[in-house]
Amino acid sequence: MLMNVFYAFLSIALLGALLGIGLAVASLKLSVKKDKRISSVEESLPGINCGACGYAGCAAYAEAIVDNAEELTLCSPGGKDTAEALARIMGQEIDFSAIKQVALVHCWGNEETRSSDFRYEGIEDCNAAFIYFSGADTCKYGCLALGSCIRICPVSAITKREDGRIHVDRNICIACEKCVEVCPTKVMQMVPHDSDWYVACNSPDKGAMVRKYCSVGCIGCRICEKKFEDGGFKVDNNLASAQYDRQYSQREGAAEACPPKSIRMIE
Amino acid sequence: MNYLGILITYIFISNLILTHFLGLCPFIGVSKNTESAVGMGFAVTFVMSIASVVTWLVYTYVLIPLDLVYLQTIAFILVIASLVQLVEMIIQKISAPLYKALGIFLPLITTNCAVLGIALMNITSNYSILESFTGGIAAGLGFMLAIVLMANIRERMDLEYVPKPFRGVPMAFISAGLMALAFMAFDRVLLTNLLG
Repeated sequence: MLMNVFYAFLSIALLGALLGIGLAVASLKLSVKKDKRISSVEESLPGINCGACGYAGCAAYAEAIVDNAEELTLCSPGGKDTAEALARIMGQEIDFSAIKQVALVHCWGNEETRSSDFRYEGIEDCNAAFIYFSGADTCKYGCLALGSCIRICPVSAITKREDGRIHVDRNICIACEKCVEVCPTKVMQMVPHDSDWYVACNSPDKGAMVRKYCSVGCIGCRICEKKFEDGGFKVDNNLASAQYDRQYSQREGAAEACPPKSIRMIE
Repeated sequence: MNYLGILITYIFISNLILTHFLGLCPFIGVSKNTESAVGMGFAVTFVMSIASVVTWLVYTYVLIPLDLVYLQTIAFILVIASLVQLVEMIIQKISAPLYKALGIFLPLITTNCAVLGIALMNITSNYSILESFTGGIAAGLGFMLAIVLMANIRERMDLEYVPKPFRGVPMAFISAGLMALAFMAFDRVLLTNLLG
């Protein structure tokens, strides 16, 4: 009886040992040499696999950098620091002209400032609301504030303020652009991280129309463009937009002169 | 039983997932999109067919002569786990594209109960070595059928409104249950009618 137990123990132990040794030998014989830079590049990346670079994850991007000489500045969550670290590993110089971007809601409308056509009582989701007559607000270009971007944000950078407006915390935002993709009215847009003033309106309607439905909407009056040469504003399609290519000195003046006060400082 | 019979049996009649409820972990875990479901399906088919042959050899030439048949479960787990590791290394060495397609799934099935299940079923059905191999392939194809169908269902379900308590895994299990119910239509009577 005892012998049986012993045999059973011995045979399983032997089988296990044989397989173990076999695997150990195989792992030595069959080991594949990997470029060491791949792992160090991967360590320098944030490792959150957000996909903003266009690759399946940080590991895939690391491989592309080493094997296919992919550009080093595609990682927007990592920003400048990561790009510098990658440049050190790969022994390259890079140009830091426009790297870190953040999402920004280009709308300052809420229940107080704008009128609505009807009451929306459906699913709490911007895309669902947008399917139904492009949302309840008379303005079809503004923020619906039903929070689709809040739910999709991987780092919880987006919150709904007490006044009903959607706010993106630009220090948390990793520029994955998921909120830009999900937003049905395209009011969520990317701006450079160091930008200061922006035009908080997304409506290309004519001024007279905008004035009827929203008290803070851009009316396309061109005061910011014409009176402030160094304001860096441009009006196209009845809608002003701020230029972010360099620093402008007259932004504040233009903001004060704006009749509906659509030009706002980024919070 | 002929080989066609074995194929039909393990793909439809006693599908490992939908009839025996084996291998539910990868079935729920990797069925979120069709692409990875197909990858997982091929990886499981590959491992099952090899594991069926190797476990048959171990059973016939090691366990029976030593009169240790009652140790088959533990011996099979050992053999399958090391086999999968070995296969992973070999694939990595000889074929980079195949490793890219199957590589990430292989560690997930080292101790998968569906692989062990088909190995044990081959033994209890007294299959020959070729029949065991066929059984392995058939069980793998059955797994692939179930997981690809499931992935398609879940992809479509993502677009539908699902009440909050049911979102994600609960809904997946409910649909898996309904699928299993549908697969009950395939039974041995159908097989005998088909093959005369």
